[in-house]
Amino acid sequence: MQRVILIAIPYAWLLALFLIPFVIVFKISLSDIALAIPPYTPTLDDGVGPFFRALDFENFAFLMSDDLYWKAYLSSLRIAVISTLLTLLVGYPVAYAMARAPEEWRATLMMLVILPFWTSFLIRVYAWMGILSQEGFLNQFLLWTGVIGEPLTILNTTTAVYIGIVYTYVPFMILPIYAALDRLDGSLIEAAEDLGCSRLQAFWLVTVPLSKNGIIAGSFLVFIPALGEFVIPSLLGGSGTLMIGKVLWEEFFNNRDWPVASAVAVILLLLLIVPIILFQRNQQRQAEAEG
Amino acid sequence: MAETVFAPWDDPAEKPLIRFRNVTKQFGSFTAIDDLTLDIFEREFFALLGPSGCGKTTMMRMLAGFETISGGTIELAGQDIAAVPPNKRAVNMMFQSYALFPHLSVYDNIAFGLRRDRKSRGEIDARVAEMLKLTRLEKFARRKPHQISGGQRQRVALARSLAKAPKLLLLDEPLGALDAKLRQATQFELMDIQEKTGTTFVIVTHDQEEAMTVASRVAVMDEGRLMQVATPERIYEAPESVYVADFIGDVNILTGTAQASGEAQFRVIWDGEQTPLVAASSREFHDGQACHLAVRPEKVSISAERPEAAENAVQGKVLDIAYLGNLSTYHVELPGGQIIKAQTANTRRISRRSFTWEDPVWVSWSATAGVLLAE
Repeated sequence: MQRVILIAIPYAWLLALFLIPFVIVFKISLSDIALAIPPYTPTLDDGVGPFFRALDFENFAFLMSDDLYWKAYLSSLRIAVISTLLTLLVGYPVAYAMARAPEEWRATLMMLVILPFWTSFLIRVYAWMGILSQEGFLNQFLLWTGVIGEPLTILNTTTAVYIGIVYTYVPFMILPIYAALDRLDGSLIEAAEDLGCSRLQAFWLVTVPLSKNGIIAGSFLVFIPALGEFVIPSLLGGSGTLMIGKVLWEEFFNNRDWPVASAVAVILLLLLIVPIILFQRNQQRQAEAEG
Repeated sequence: MAETVFAPWDDPAEKPLIRFRNVTKQFGSFTAIDDLTLDIFEREFFALLGPSGCGKTTMMRMLAGFETISGGTIELAGQDIAAVPPNKRAVNMMFQSYALFPHLSVYDNIAFGLRRDRKSRGEIDARVAEMLKLTRLEKFARRKPHQISGGQRQRVALARSLAKAPKLLLLDEPLGALDAKLRQATQFELMDIQEKTGTTFVIVTHDQEEAMTVASRVAVMDEGRLMQVATPERIYEAPESVYVADFIGDVNILTGTAQASGEAQFRVIWDGEQTPLVAASSREFHDGQACHLAVRPEKVSISAERPEAAENAVQGKVLDIAYLGNLSTYHVELPGGQIIKAQTANTRRISRRSFTWEDPVWVSWSATAGVLLAE
């Protein structure tokens, strides 16, 4: 009985905070736009029978027909994949250095990785605007050193979006990789060297495979939120940066087309479910391997 | 055909495989190895024995190449190895934790070193099969390390470190993680494999029984220095210092002053009220020099009456009896408060034991039973 209650708590949580909102969004995605409050029709006020009869998949058909949405999905996917790889490229060496740092430094280094979370995410993205703009710190610095003759255009390009995503999500990459590397028994590396590996070979043959789970976990933790990212592309990206999060926002707040926006959200969720399930399976396998 | 005794260390013409010359290792201000000189010969099973922190693991890690040398030189087969990185040394190591690669199967673990040498598939296959057979692991080749028992993991680690046929195999507490029964069986297995492969083994252990069982020579270490390097028999029967006598096995140490009483014969004046002890010693002591007489408990007899022929006999009463099954150790308290341990084999059932607590008894030993030590 106690067990049932214990299990019921997370399920109740999921039901209230995930499933019910999803059902509502899904319902809206099947509705039609209306100039009313709420801005869609039908509502349950129309009676149960007419309500269900008025629902249809029109909005999904519309998403298929307009290539803006497909391009936005694909572009988001590409940006999410590339920025996940970039984050891995930046995060792995940092995690590796942390795991190799003297014991007494590690807590401090961990703090430094987590420290940015103490400031609002929005403020940090705005700060990047200050760094990347034409008159920003980066351009001023590069001009001062003489590396460039005239300021680079970084802000309002996809490059700025990559920088923003990598900067924002790199802690999510570092922490699981660090956890994996920290657990790695140093004598394994010594054993590899003892058996004839150079340092680099030992890294590829032992360190990387044994931190695989950390890499996978970190990649999903970056990829999943990056795919639906809205704030970074809308603040740092330009008109050329097409991301589904931005499209979603515009549908909701500029066009006030809640049904189409909901349909976009439902498809985004379906796209995300695949990597989320893969992520869960990875976590579970890891837990089993350790158990 | 009588085999000659394996004792290359007694042959001055023999070239050692490993030569430590005035080797010093410092970690900051801490001296782990202090001006140490040592030769280890080919085909030897050499044990480094000492309490934790005595520097034995550091010595092994210097041989493997994981620690640099602060001073002196280490030669392997005549070549100074200071500048040779671990992956280029003809030395392999079996780690205390085994350090098996958890993501690789038993087969791949054993093949790991061979693959680094760019050997052909057939060669690797043949060598791994040979190693699997040697360590009786044929059935487990496809398993991952976490799917086999501790004893099997130990054998995989051994097979992996032997696969490259190193000139020298280092074993860092190889049996530490095994239970007592399995450890004993594995000790003999190790000796067997060492003999079959003809590899030089250097084993680090803190377990004196293990060192005595497997090794051709034992080096007893303390605080970065060698206390004594000798065969197990000599270490046990002829320790050169109180430290070695005390570290290896059980011993009675009686402290007094020496007085020459004949050719290689000394009297030990020890407790005012006791008659001086008689001890034979090839080591010279001048009259009045402080000395320690070390006598192993099994060389001390216990009896109800004073034995007629005994050169040394003292009376006391039984304070404690440690029953070990095959043996019993009697702790006999002398009037002066010293305790002498005497060991007897339990050839009779316990109910018929001759002595019990508080019994007045005589403990006795011959002049040659003990070793007279200066320090």
